[in-house]
Amino acid sequence: MGQYIADGIILGATLSLGAIGLTLTFKILRFANFAHGELLTFGAYFALALTTVLGVGAPLGTLTFGWGFLLVIVLAAVFTAVLAIVVDFLVYRVLRRSDIVATIVIASFGASLMLRNIVVFIWGNQPEYYFHTIAIAKPILPGVRVTTDEIFVVALAAVLMVALHLFLTRTRAGKAMRAVSDNALLAQVTGINVQSIIRLMWVVGGTLAAIGGIFYGITVQVGPNMGFNLILPMFAAAILGGIGSVYGAVLGGMVIGLAESVSVFWIDPAYKPAVAFLLMFVMLLVYPGGLLGERA
Amino acid sequence: MSGLASYLVFFLIQALIYSVVALGLNLQWGYTGLFNIGVAGFFLIGSYTFAILCGPPYATHLGGFGLPWTVGVLAAIALSAIGGLIVGIPTLRLREDYLAIATIGIAVTLQLVALNARTLTGGSRGAESIPRPFAHLVSSNLWNNVVYMLLMLLVVIVIYFALEAMVRSPWGRVLKAIREDEPAASSLGKNPFTFRLQAFVIGCAIMGLGGALNASFVGFTAPTDFLPIFTFEIWAMLIVGGSGNNRGAVLGSVLVWGLWTGTGSLTQAILPSSLQVKGGAVQVIIIGLVLMLMLVLRPRGLMGEEAVVSRDADVGGDVAAAASLQEGR
Repeated sequence: MGQYIADGIILGATLSLGAIGLTLTFKILRFANFAHGELLTFGAYFALALTTVLGVGAPLGTLTFGWGFLLVIVLAAVFTAVLAIVVDFLVYRVLRRSDIVATIVIASFGASLMLRNIVVFIWGNQPEYYFHTIAIAKPILPGVRVTTDEIFVVALAAVLMVALHLFLTRTRAGKAMRAVSDNALLAQVTGINVQSIIRLMWVVGGTLAAIGGIFYGITVQVGPNMGFNLILPMFAAAILGGIGSVYGAVLGGMVIGLAESVSVFWIDPAYKPAVAFLLMFVMLLVYPGGLLGERA
Repeated sequence: MSGLASYLVFFLIQALIYSVVALGLNLQWGYTGLFNIGVAGFFLIGSYTFAILCGPPYATHLGGFGLPWTVGVLAAIALSAIGGLIVGIPTLRLREDYLAIATIGIAVTLQLVALNARTLTGGSRGAESIPRPFAHLVSSNLWNNVVYMLLMLLVVIVIYFALEAMVRSPWGRVLKAIREDEPAASSLGKNPFTFRLQAFVIGCAIMGLGGALNASFVGFTAPTDFLPIFTFEIWAMLIVGGSGNNRGAVLGSVLVWGLWTGTGSLTQAILPSSLQVKGGAVQVIIIGLVLMLMLVLRPRGLMGEEAVVSRDADVGGDVAAAASLQEGR
């Protein structure tokens, strides 16, 4: 059981980071972005491409990678943030101007399939791995074995979440972003440039998605369908935590990660991907506002 | 020559089956504004229902009931309608995006069931030797296909006129009213939820019918037929043809299916077999590009929705002129 909880927290780190961007898009641009999963995929593949150029560095301690890979993570996050802004500029920005708000969701569904197939076109659809050395899992608690890489993933996720919290509460830009997500019109009246906040949102969402994708690549594998396979759990996390709530997304991501991992005790592991969906469905039925959502 | 003819017949049958599904989606999205991104799931229910009820006995999974074609088709319609009801009741009250997330979740879950519930569906190998009606009447494969094509044509015509009658009826006007202005419609005593649910369930039933027709035509059904790419194709068909227009749904189905098979054969002819995976990716990228360009440049599709002005409304010439301008006439 302990092992499954540890695995659930590791998966939860990826889901939480992905769900933060999803919930921000849902709140600020008011649409369910089905292409958000592909930001994770692209983040993971950018990192893959960068490791072939920059390498992963000499292993630090018991990690399977060194400083080089940290640079790779930063660069991959930058590329993904740029990609998110480009997709917004080419597709969503244009559709935001038209009256038909609903078509943005369809466009994001289309963008998701296109981006996924661009990955297949460039990199093929075989699974890939960053490192060719095998990480050795060591016991940290009785019956719980994790690799140093996995500890790194969870620790970096925690650092990023604290950083995001400080950004949203202590900086001018972060406060402006919260203002826009609460009420875009009112924010605009007070002199906040909504367009630049939207770009900032894509930078935050894209960066966290990329790192979430790389985490999945480190702990599981890299593949063209990884983002699509994660989009439902991420939606589930965002809805479970309460749409628009960054802290809710983090909590939701952890709950979904744990639920998927622990579910193998009761159901056939083949149905694991459906667990997140069922939790979300139940949440929508009984408590559509989410755990940390706004109260009407 | 007969090669070309048989290809054309084959192409048309598939396009007509897609038309059925796109017509179902048009009732949901085009007329009622419901985001169903789980089209593949309802198509799946129809396909497997038909395969199990009408197929031969299978060694490892359920089947062998040997029921008549019409019974299988009706059961497929009924079961996908029930599926629509189960999904619709909890989600149609919620914000529209939630329906999109819920339907894609259902589609993914049903696909998992199809893949893993081997005793029910045959698992990844699928169900085979699904019968086709009138197969014993004619001997040649081409004539067999011609008969099936005529049957599909009849089905599309019947659904088309039924849907036209429905959306032009008072019931259809309520759907559009709810889509355009929900508070206004409910202030006139129309319960939006009830009407949405009706439209959703009927749409799902039509998608299930499409699934049964497809299983019967292809003679084979497997979990890989129901991936999100299928839903995406149907959406592309509807958006290209023009949502809110039943003729548009049929036109879009033929055009997008033509584009899909055209780019498929082209990449197959050009690319070496080692690059076929990339060819498949190019196919999706092209359809995606067409969908995006359509959404951005011509969101109403090739045949947009007709502007409807009530007979009894006292509208000035300006409004009528504006309506006809919008129509592009």
